[in-house]
Amino acid sequence: MCLGIPGCIVSIVDADAMLASVDVSGVRRTVDVVCVAEPGRSLDELVGAWVLVHVGFAMSLIDEEEAAATLKVLHEIGEAQSEIEAMRTGSVEPFHPSTTH
Amino acid sequence: MRYVDEFRDPALARGLIREIGAIAARMERGRDRPFAIMEVCGGHTHAIFRYGLEDLLPDVIEFVHGPGCPVCVLPMGRVDDCVAIAERPEVIFATFGDAMRVPGSRKSLLAAKADGADVRMVYSPLDALALARRNPDREVVFFGLGFETTMPSTALTVLRAAREGVTNFSVFCNHITIIPTLRALLEKPDLGIDAFIGPGHVSMVIGMAPYRFIAEEFGKPMVVSGFEPIDLLQSLLMVLRQLEEGRAAIENQYARVVPDAGNPQAMGAVDEVYELRPTFEWRGLGSIAQSGVRLREPYAQFDAERRFAVPEVQVADPAACRCGEVLTGQMKPWACPMFGTACTPEAPLGALMVSSEGSCAAYYQYGGMRQPHLEGVA
Amino acid sequence: MNSLFLPPGRVARRALPKSVTLAHGGGGTAMRDLIDEIFVSAFSERPVALEDQARIDLAALAGQGDRLAFTTDGFVVDPLFFPGGDIGKLAVCGTINDLAVGGARPVALSCAAIIEEGLPVETLRAVAQSMAEAALAAGVPIVTGDTKVVARGACDKLFLTTTGVGVVRAGLEIGIGRARPGDVIVVNGQLGDHGAAILNARGDLALEAAIESDCAPLHDIIDALIAAAPGVRSMRDATRGGVAAVLNELAEASGVGVRVRETDTPVRADVQGFCEILGLDPLYLANEGKFVAVVPPEQAESALAALRGHPLGQGATAIGIVTDGRPGRVVMETRFGGERIVDMLVGDQLPRIC
Repeated sequence: MCLGIPGCIVSIVDADAMLASVDVSGVRRTVDVVCVAEPGRSLDELVGAWVLVHVGFAMSLIDEEEAAATLKVLHEIGEAQSEIEAMRTGSVEPFHPSTTH
Repeated sequence: MRYVDEFRDPALARGLIREIGAIAARMERGRDRPFAIMEVCGGHTHAIFRYGLEDLLPDVIEFVHGPGCPVCVLPMGRVDDCVAIAERPEVIFATFGDAMRVPGSRKSLLAAKADGADVRMVYSPLDALALARRNPDREVVFFGLGFETTMPSTALTVLRAAREGVTNFSVFCNHITIIPTLRALLEKPDLGIDAFIGPGHVSMVIGMAPYRFIAEEFGKPMVVSGFEPIDLLQSLLMVLRQLEEGRAAIENQYARVVPDAGNPQAMGAVDEVYELRPTFEWRGLGSIAQSGVRLREPYAQFDAERRFAVPEVQVADPAACRCGEVLTGQMKPWACPMFGTACTPEAPLGALMVSSEGSCAAYYQYGGMRQPHLEGVA
Repeated sequence: MNSLFLPPGRVARRALPKSVTLAHGGGGTAMRDLIDEIFVSAFSERPVALEDQARIDLAALAGQGDRLAFTTDGFVVDPLFFPGGDIGKLAVCGTINDLAVGGARPVALSCAAIIEEGLPVETLRAVAQSMAEAALAAGVPIVTGDTKVVARGACDKLFLTTTGVGVVRAGLEIGIGRARPGDVIVVNGQLGDHGAAILNARGDLALEAAIESDCAPLHDIIDALIAAAPGVRSMRDATRGGVAAVLNELAEASGVGVRVRETDTPVRADVQGFCEILGLDPLYLANEGKFVAVVPPEQAESALAALRGHPLGQGATAIGIVTDGRPGRVVMETRFGGERIVDMLVGDQLPRIC
């Protein structure tokens, strides 16, 4: 359900029609930015913003701070685990993807 | 890719998998059945299979693949209606790619196209509107399909068409809403689900509040999750922590995309354009009250159902199908007697074999490596 | 079959109209003019044949190997022109590649063109020119051919069929059923470019990307591979169905398991982005200048070095190994160490949007 992908707004295509160009890894698509535009502010302020694109619509402004906070938590989980492992075994065990089955 | 690659980093998976393993080991004692965690959304189901996440988890954790695939739950009668519209000579029928193979009782859109219907695959409803502009002498009908994520895009396209005065564009509206369906699931007395992983992209539209009843009335934890493998593992960990601590809360793992309040502009467009239908039929689940929407009266001219007489025939699901039980976690896909024999992705019988996001199709194609059923399936 | 080529000096006297008409398929002077003007002028470097068939000296062929390889392929691509190629280049490269992956050195090609009436003559001229250039660059001549014109709607603009003959080197045994457990599976570069380029060029999805088809003749790089890894067991160009289809055919025909690593399957960033937007898997996208080769483990390193030393193989990698796992099953090890089955698709891959 609902394939969505992060992209960066690179230019405003038509301010009156609320259309902007979004770049996803070098692939561009014109998208509707009504849902991420702040009423009363110039669309130009959106250039450089990262948005979640779904079927040609920017549906959410990606919150850089929240992303960083999530990653920080993830790194802490990793580090805490490494420490526990280190205490238990005296060394940090490398991660081996399973190769059997 | 920014905001994608970071959340596919195997190094981050290591800590998560160990932590999940540790909680599972503590909680496993004295349990006679696995923890059943339903991922509501088909996009999550797809990611679980795509990245082989089930292999990495302890046996005591089991994903139950939920009803969140709008293509899968579309009833046959609606597909028949859609084929009937597509076959009208004046119509250009515009659809998302994955809806083209869904079988109706007569045929799929792909088969209708082969028989001469003008069916076009589009990426966006905006592209369907552009087709209407380019073909003023034809009727362009867009197959509006999807949950709350996709609902605003169709609504905004209708509003755009109204503003531009495009008169040859309409929507065959099959948009559905996930909340009543979750409630219907939770009200089943024998539901074997311990917790939910919530649909991230639906939530960026509707926000977190609509899920509260899941924790408050039914005492089940839910974590709204992103779609990358690290997102899913972290959400699973958050769910397990709630279960271990005996809590039931609605938490947000996907805060980079999902604001608590959702998207007011998107919801505004949804409220403006749609009204709830008294009831809507889901393949495999039956009729669910207030689970579908249609266009409001002021937008009637954009409603394909009002514009073209559709047969509106109700077609019962094949009796042998056990999709409902699979959807509610009471049966594993491979336990269905039809699985891999009468029902395959090539000739799907039941809803869940239809789209690659359907849990049966996902099992069949990607194969949960630890499931025994595959030995019998080529 | 009609000979494409007329004796030197017989050039078209009448100017061609803007579009091809049914008269050009009628066997009269209009057809002769079209053939002279379009094909002869494009392929004029080659010796000309007055006969209904090209004749190839057997003794010269016999010196090059011990078996004749013979293959044919139809080309129906839409659009006719796309970034990185066109139907003409595709028709030349495709058939050369079908010969080359069997271990054959391509000798000559034929080309049959089915033309929809109304096709602009300039379009046909551009396609013929492109074929001539591709054939010249590859060193494989187009020696005979045919044209037919059909009524509007009876075909889509232009269909080409090329047939090729080649000679298989003596002693070389290459086959899809010859892979053995332990063998290494290599590809000569990034996957999915052609499929993404075509989908993008159709324009239906309104995406903008600078993705070019990888369309290229592979006989030269395959020569280099065979020289470096004479024990090469199997080769296939990864066209329709992509690398996933080739791996499945390999596993099935050889009665082996195949194990590939996700982190070792090379995909360009923009092709990956294209796939993310549309929910596609690059492993199933078509390639026109990529092939899969199975080499014995002791020759894997020299095979990779040879591939990487060639302009068409700079992105070559070992993507996986042949195993004694369940015969016919292709397993991908995901970047997390999880596993999934890489199955054949039922039909075309459709963009997965909702």
